[in-house]
Amino acid sequence: MAPAGVGIVVFFAYPLLAAIYFSFTRFDLLTSPEWVGLKNYVYLFAHDPLAHKAAWNTLWFVVVLVPARMVAALLTAMLLTSLRRGGGFFRTVFYLPALAPPVAATIAFVFLFNPATGPVNGVLSWFGIDGPLWFDSPDWSKPSLVLLGTWAVGDLMVIFLAALLDVPKPLYEAASLDGANPWQRFRFVTLPALSPVLLFAAVTGVIQTLQYFTQAAVAASVASGSATTGGGISSTFGYPEESTLTYPLHLYVQGFRYYDMGYANALAVVLFVVAFGVTLILLRRFRAFAGGRL
Amino acid sequence: MTATVTRPMRRGTTVRESWLVVVARNSVAIAVAVIFLAPFVFVFLLSFMTSDQALTANLWPATWHPENFLDIFRKFPMFDYLVNTVVYVVLATGFMLLSSVPAAYALAKLRWRGGNAVFIVIICMMMLPPQVVTVPLYLMWANAGLTGTLWPLILPMLAGDAFSIFLLRQFLLTIPDSIVDAARIDGCGEWQVLLQVVVPMARPGIAATAIFQFFYAWNDYYGPLLYTSEDQSNWTLSIALSQFKHLHHVEWNLVMAATLLVMAPVIIVFFLAQKAFVQGVTLTGVKG
Repeated sequence: MAPAGVGIVVFFAYPLLAAIYFSFTRFDLLTSPEWVGLKNYVYLFAHDPLAHKAAWNTLWFVVVLVPARMVAALLTAMLLTSLRRGGGFFRTVFYLPALAPPVAATIAFVFLFNPATGPVNGVLSWFGIDGPLWFDSPDWSKPSLVLLGTWAVGDLMVIFLAALLDVPKPLYEAASLDGANPWQRFRFVTLPALSPVLLFAAVTGVIQTLQYFTQAAVAASVASGSATTGGGISSTFGYPEESTLTYPLHLYVQGFRYYDMGYANALAVVLFVVAFGVTLILLRRFRAFAGGRL
Repeated sequence: MTATVTRPMRRGTTVRESWLVVVARNSVAIAVAVIFLAPFVFVFLLSFMTSDQALTANLWPATWHPENFLDIFRKFPMFDYLVNTVVYVVLATGFMLLSSVPAAYALAKLRWRGGNAVFIVIICMMMLPPQVVTVPLYLMWANAGLTGTLWPLILPMLAGDAFSIFLLRQFLLTIPDSIVDAARIDGCGEWQVLLQVVVPMARPGIAATAIFQFFYAWNDYYGPLLYTSEDQSNWTLSIALSQFKHLHHVEWNLVMAATLLVMAPVIIVFFLAQKAFVQGVTLTGVKG
């Protein structure tokens, strides 16, 4: 336990306190912190349109990506329980995309959704549909990332599947005897039985989405055709037109591209407050979460 | 869909049905499976094409070029990136196990003041976005002269990993206290109980946690980007892959070959250890 204690202090408590302190200062890697009071926060809330854009992008993902993944996970899990044979095979197949390393999966999707040569627009054209520009369009880049997240839904699906299999069968039989139709059985038996799992999935989904970084960074990096001459990897983040610049990406760019460390910490403290608020919801349901004891 | 879930009795399964009937009954599942698998198939096909054909909308390789997989090693320092990634993965996983198994044991099987508080802090560490503490941590490692390398991602594992401790604790809770108590009565010290009684019983859980850590490090993009993006010789595969297209123009066939190469170990490990792994994924969810 002792090393974990050290770990908590060195890699969590200290950096957290340091981040709060640094957020009231201005400095880069070469200068030492200079106290500037609330200036960073004033800039964040009143004068940084990119921060607002980034916060909006992240909020967009929270509102769209989390429910999309939950619905997809629930539908695929229910599809699996409805199979009479081959459930194991289909479970593995449905799960597989969740295994694909995010960087690799994102690159594959950027290629698949390539407007000119990608097979997705090719298939759409069979039906006379002129496919959008997907990752190259400011309007479609976020929905494209949602498709990527929904494809890799297997981890959530396995959790829902375990919960569905835990629903007592007699409940369904009783509901059928009472004349409940399939929708009513779903609405009044399945959903209530699943509600703790759904709540857990929603809260952890929001927390994960608040840190949404890799897929947005890689999609921007790969989709933007221009070769990065100087400026480093982060120079393409947000492509196209800052539409994929999530809040953590903005923080990264401020801190490690512009070395505006004080301001990056102010962004971090705001992220901390929001994420902690969501975590508190989880901790209030602690008993269910921690597996009984405590 | 729910209709079939609730069908109270199975109809006779002894009658052999023609495969057409089987396909028809599972048509939705098959359609979904095709959609889920399609991206893998496209990556696979693309990776065998010539670079010219990969730029067309053509989906079937006109000629097959398995040498693409050698080319990514010949033309680019893929082997160095692979070695960097393996070093990161192996050391991070090994260090995590050394530190997190005892910590999880202390949380699951020892009663001590502050145990609950520590557990709550660990859940917070697991939940909070890594970006919150990134800048101070980066400055810390910069002062130690270790930025530009992967050590800032490996060394902290000696102090334990929040998610792994959480997951191991959940596994260890399933081991009955009576067994642990019996070992104590027989005169075992806590370390002996841990190493000779608990660890052998928790082997599936430890395996699952190690696999999670392996996947996490193998897939990690944020960590290597933060610490090694300025020093190309220390890049991992995920960073290299994300920059592949920029560095080497638009040889999509090679990009796809590299993509397949990065996917392969994860999928192979999954099939080798599927049971332990699925059990682990399920445990990360709340029990209904």
